[in-house]
Amino acid sequence: MEWETVIGLEVHVQLATASKLFSGTSTEFGAQPNTKANIYDLAMPGTLPVLNAEALRMAVKFGLAIDAEIGKTSVFDRKNYFYPDLPKGYQTSQLDFPTVGKGQLVIDIEDGSQRTIGVTRAHMEEDAGKSLHEDFHGKTGIDLNRAGTPLLEIVSEPDLRNAREAVAYLKKLHSIILYLGISDGDMSQGSMRCDANVSVRPKGTTELGNRTEIKNINSFRFVEKAINIEVQRQIDIIEDGGKIVQETRLYDADKNETRSMRSKEVANDYRYFPEPDLLPIVIDDAYIESVRATLPELPDIKKQRFQDQYALSEYDAMILSSDLSTADYFEEVAKACGDAKLSANWVMGDLQASLNKYEISISENPISSEALAGLIKRIKDNTISSKIAKTVFEAMLAGEGDADSIIESKGLKQVTDTGAIEKMVDEVIANNPAQVQQFKEGKEQVIGFFVGQIMKASQGKANPAQVNQLLKEKLSSKKK
Amino acid sequence: MIELGLAALSRALADGEFSSVELTQAYLQQIAQENSDLNAYVTVCEELALSQARAADEARSQGNAGPLTGIPIAHKDLFCTQGIRTACGSKMLDNFIAPYNATVVENFIKAGSVTLGKTNMDEFAMGSSNETSFYGPVKNPWDRSLVPGGSSGGSAAAVAARLCAGATATDTGGSIRQPASFTGITGLKPTYGRVSRWGMVAFASSLDQAGTMTQSAEDAAMMLNVMAGLDLKDSTSSDTAAEDYTKDLDKPLAGLKIGIPTQHFSEGLNADVEKCIREAIAEFEKLGATVKEVSLDNSHLSVSAYYVIAPAEASANLSRYDGVRYGYRCKDPVNLEDMYKRTRSEGFGTEVKRRIMVGTYALSAGYYDAYYIKAQKIRRLIKNDFQKAFEEVDVIMGPTSPHTAFAIGSKNDDPVTMYLEDIYTIAVNLAGLPGMSIPAGLVNGLPVGLQIVGKDFAEAQLLNVAHKFQQATDWHEKSPVK
Repeated sequence: MEWETVIGLEVHVQLATASKLFSGTSTEFGAQPNTKANIYDLAMPGTLPVLNAEALRMAVKFGLAIDAEIGKTSVFDRKNYFYPDLPKGYQTSQLDFPTVGKGQLVIDIEDGSQRTIGVTRAHMEEDAGKSLHEDFHGKTGIDLNRAGTPLLEIVSEPDLRNAREAVAYLKKLHSIILYLGISDGDMSQGSMRCDANVSVRPKGTTELGNRTEIKNINSFRFVEKAINIEVQRQIDIIEDGGKIVQETRLYDADKNETRSMRSKEVANDYRYFPEPDLLPIVIDDAYIESVRATLPELPDIKKQRFQDQYALSEYDAMILSSDLSTADYFEEVAKACGDAKLSANWVMGDLQASLNKYEISISENPISSEALAGLIKRIKDNTISSKIAKTVFEAMLAGEGDADSIIESKGLKQVTDTGAIEKMVDEVIANNPAQVQQFKEGKEQVIGFFVGQIMKASQGKANPAQVNQLLKEKLSSKKK
Repeated sequence: MIELGLAALSRALADGEFSSVELTQAYLQQIAQENSDLNAYVTVCEELALSQARAADEARSQGNAGPLTGIPIAHKDLFCTQGIRTACGSKMLDNFIAPYNATVVENFIKAGSVTLGKTNMDEFAMGSSNETSFYGPVKNPWDRSLVPGGSSGGSAAAVAARLCAGATATDTGGSIRQPASFTGITGLKPTYGRVSRWGMVAFASSLDQAGTMTQSAEDAAMMLNVMAGLDLKDSTSSDTAAEDYTKDLDKPLAGLKIGIPTQHFSEGLNADVEKCIREAIAEFEKLGATVKEVSLDNSHLSVSAYYVIAPAEASANLSRYDGVRYGYRCKDPVNLEDMYKRTRSEGFGTEVKRRIMVGTYALSAGYYDAYYIKAQKIRRLIKNDFQKAFEEVDVIMGPTSPHTAFAIGSKNDDPVTMYLEDIYTIAVNLAGLPGMSIPAGLVNGLPVGLQIVGKDFAEAQLLNVAHKFQQATDWHEKSPVK
């Protein structure tokens, strides 16, 4: 039987506010345990929440970016459960009236096609603290530094049909979040966390199968692996005549398997009810418009502009626009050197390869946009060939200076003096009579041999176009 | 001097008749004499009080005294006081010393008041007799075999027994007004949001409101002047401007329209209490007021709705008492579940546990709509009833309680009978309105309270109405102190 996979993602994004969702404590990362927790964060009796206006602004900004309905009246609720790192015994979240309602985003699939994925909702909630099980001799340590950090939980519709689409969705979300500057989106630090709801059904049917929720997927790569492994597990069970238990499963990246955490049937009844310590948040059109005015150019718009303004291919425009820092860098290079196509090739090609190799991000890139533009200019004005340019680029990466000084100090300037090239051509022809004879006999591909010899003699600096032209002229004249 | 009310003491201090230190010493002496029997205070801050009194006298000598400077007051033991235990009547918080001051406490410190101590109360403010306190019942100063009412029984008894000039208290379903009624004092529950809840240990967040317990309406106005106002630390605190609540005290009552709710004079009301209340209302007519009957059609639903909403909120509010960070923790827990179960079983008293269970049930899947949502709808209807009534009248009056103080131990076996104690007061909390109880007579030597309910933020008018009555009568001057 052919199976269809149905996936919905719940993504928690840590909002990059200076302070927590309901208290003035700093959200700084990495401090000593419990030093970033004030009396509210500790749930001292008598303390009360005050909503962080910046968190609201960020949530609305996200909503506008995915073209979502913005809740004019949104309500916080208490989600009740006991856990030692949940100080109040309830999480303040949003249930029936989230700040961000139905929206959508367009994902780019590797084959170049696009799909629109529905976003059900996005709501604000506070993060819990951390339970530390090591170093306490059988006891548990509690660190409440993270408790109360604002999260935006973004829930997708079950519109995704395979693991690659799920990754594409996550990447688009990541891209938008970074564009908006509402989170650092760092999955390895937990600033962006993903739970996947996965089910399978016979292809062609519409009823949803029993789903499992996979938790603890903390990289794009693991999202793909975890979903694939879970889909296979489900198909195997059903094909063996079994049934899928609706449950929460944990992804173990080391073993590349999912395993049962707890059954949904015995899961908590969270007893949600409206948070009486906070009034409903009422926002008006003026507020929404003021937030809209701060929206940056978003990835899809930028991609289209790159195609229109720089005549880039759709693929190149998509790659360059998916990351804001890369897009900005590309535009700076293109503007400074005046050649968008070459700029795009260099940014996506040699530069990206080097960044990957050294595992650094574009913002940590040692080659400034002016420096890369300087190199491209020298290619354009024929000072160096594209091949020599790679040598210069490596030297720039090694911190040896800008393109001009490297070309100068290493004597890499291309030879374009016709007299000098002619001299080399004559010498090579004179020294290789056997090959000249072959050429005369019609074996024209031997010309490559001559080019190689000349480039070698010139240490690559001879202008290849000129070399080719002169060789053809001189050898052809011998034919007669 | 301790027989004087707060306003009179303020004038005497200003006139230099005695110092704050002398006054404070007099109260401390009275507390030392009476409290072991009355049990009104759970904590007495002798040293702190005397040092604050000295600072107040010093400030006065430099011309920096306000109306409350040097006035010795007491705080209900659910207002957090930095460095002083805040136990909330519970074993759970018996060892809890807050690292901060409630806004109310802070405001009195800024006003230069003297903190005599913290008063006894029903555990987590859940009770109508002050018998659920971990620290034992408070006795009614009028008759020490009787309850003082609750949950602010300690504050009520302290004011009635002249153990302080005035006391703070809170009212979630009647916890200021009913004990004020039982102890013959003036209790004011302001409009929800009028006084900050920051630092007030929460019982039911949408109903809790801090207020005053004093000898007179004038005293209450002076205390409210210190307490009222917007607090950015409490998102539910109101930005409606606070007023000088003493400025309208003497306004004539001619033309005042008083509404008498039919439902508050029906079956269950003690005939002698009713007589007192009717006489008090007649007194208002002499002062120029007119009286008309109004109907609060849904008032019979108020106790039921309240006992869904308040426990529901409480069940979440009390989840933080888990033994993890502060407060009581059971001995030698074997694992997390054991710690939760025993900490909460051992740390909470019976009534608190009962309400947590009721609230948890009302919020649980499958029952939420039938209980919580329905109760919220009733709450809206009750608010509407009052709004409708206030289209025709300025204030609504009736008995605060159907009877006078009852015997300690007499209603402990039946929670529902106890819940019905607040039959006339609860609707006011559900509607968020300001309400008062003022002494209106004696039945068999025991005080009777008249409840006065006003429109949203009409505290100044309520205080005016109460003050004019107290100018014309002397019920508020009756005292159990010989």
